[in-house]
Amino acid sequence: MASYAARRRNSTFIMGLCLAATGIGVVWLFLILYSLLINGIPGLTLAVFTEMTPPPGEHGGGLLNAIFGSLLMTIIGVGIGAPIGILAGTYLAEYGRHSKITPVIRFINDILLSAPSIIIGLFVYGAVVVPMRSFSAVAGSIALAVIVIPVVVRTTEDMLLLVPNTLREAASALGLPRSFVIRRVAYRAARAGLITGVLLAVARVGGETAPLLFTVLSNQFWSANLLKPMANLPVTINNFINNPDANWKQLAWTGALLITAAVLSLNITARFFGASKDGR
Amino acid sequence: MLEKISVKNLKFFYGTNLALKGIDIPFYANKVTAFIGPSGCGKSTLLRVLNRMYDLYPGQHAEGEILFDGRNILNPGEDLNLLRARIGMVFQKPTPFPMTIYDNIAFGLKLYENLSKSELDGRVEDSLKRAALWSEVKDKLGANGLSLSGGQQQRLCIARTVAIKPEVILFDEPCSALDPISTAKIEELIDELKTEYTIAIVTHNMQQAARVSEYTAFMYLGDLVEFDETSKIFTTPTDPRTQDYITGRFG
Repeated sequence: MASYAARRRNSTFIMGLCLAATGIGVVWLFLILYSLLINGIPGLTLAVFTEMTPPPGEHGGGLLNAIFGSLLMTIIGVGIGAPIGILAGTYLAEYGRHSKITPVIRFINDILLSAPSIIIGLFVYGAVVVPMRSFSAVAGSIALAVIVIPVVVRTTEDMLLLVPNTLREAASALGLPRSFVIRRVAYRAARAGLITGVLLAVARVGGETAPLLFTVLSNQFWSANLLKPMANLPVTINNFINNPDANWKQLAWTGALLITAAVLSLNITARFFGASKDGR
Repeated sequence: MLEKISVKNLKFFYGTNLALKGIDIPFYANKVTAFIGPSGCGKSTLLRVLNRMYDLYPGQHAEGEILFDGRNILNPGEDLNLLRARIGMVFQKPTPFPMTIYDNIAFGLKLYENLSKSELDGRVEDSLKRAALWSEVKDKLGANGLSLSGGQQQRLCIARTVAIKPEVILFDEPCSALDPISTAKIEELIDELKTEYTIAIVTHNMQQAARVSEYTAFMYLGDLVEFDETSKIFTTPTDPRTQDYITGRFG
């Protein structure tokens, strides 16, 4: 019995350590959320959504142009990156499953997945901004797309690999062509996971600053021209927070709160999709 | 008697591993042929060669001849999708697609035939009736196929196979995941289906083979040990290994 008591003490001790470690991990998240709420909420007015970023030293103004730019570039970036990612992931999981090149592609994709986003910004700067001789929203969208691709490739492949082979065999046994089996059966079975992957990619690029810094720059004014620099939330926050101007600082906090809220709700939505059994 | 399928000196390889060692066997039209034998004897493998399911995987290949209505389906130029539409397969575990009961059946049909909505409705109903499932699902055709019970799911898979009007149906241990009542229903169904189709069934249950089939093949270690009328196999087998297996001495 003595050893049993010792084991129970041991178990309690280890559980305590685990709880403490979890607490240490979570506490920072809440501290960040807390400071964002404390500093961001006072600036959360209707003007934030209706007015442009103000010049330094002036009162008022909002983040409309930056919010617009972020939304637009995120949509274009995901619009370019997600289909490429899904197609590439489909190749890895379906057509190329037994191919020798698949593990190589997967490895390279994982490297791209963990590449610092500033490197991707620099790459797009060299590949798009320099030849075009201008910072532009297009370049920013491409940089975001490059970040989206590996995320979506990975989740698409993982989710398709979870679809049991018996389902593919059953569809093939009806004489359905390969492409039909993939589109109508495998995609359908993996739908919740595929949507989750794209949502997570949106959340990932929603707050990216570094790749935009070198590609779109930012813009003080309203611009919907894709070939010109465009305002966006992350770079605006970066510019405003480092400035002594109190009005700018306040807008930066509020912008940070907006991004965090958007990313958080996207992640929760993705969770919800992933948890619901068949995505309906 | 008409040989719907004639297998001649069939060898099958998983990589370099010889899984079928030269099999010769006929499948007679509108008869049920049962395959029995211990696990790993090659009976499922043989079934998967008949609709060339193995082609989905690299490193597997077959040698010899399989004449289906006189044509060798092992020819490299064979259109596998058309072949599989003519030789349907029902699997061990029920595999309904993640879609409605109606779509489970209609979706394969739509690919092969240009049917109007009412024709399609008719074919879905007809297939479900043939699979003895219609009365249980007619009021919930829009429900997800996965919401059905295991036995119902298996009959849905049979309906799906029947819908595209194959000539041969392969059953790969269709009842091993089902309870006795569902099993009885499937066996009854197989008995009805043979009036229109040629049927091959792999089973671990010897009583099942005796109940449903006209012909039985006993396989062991990649060889076809004995093939004869079911009544003969189960009463007066000629090979001592068959005798040992059906009397439960091994396997």
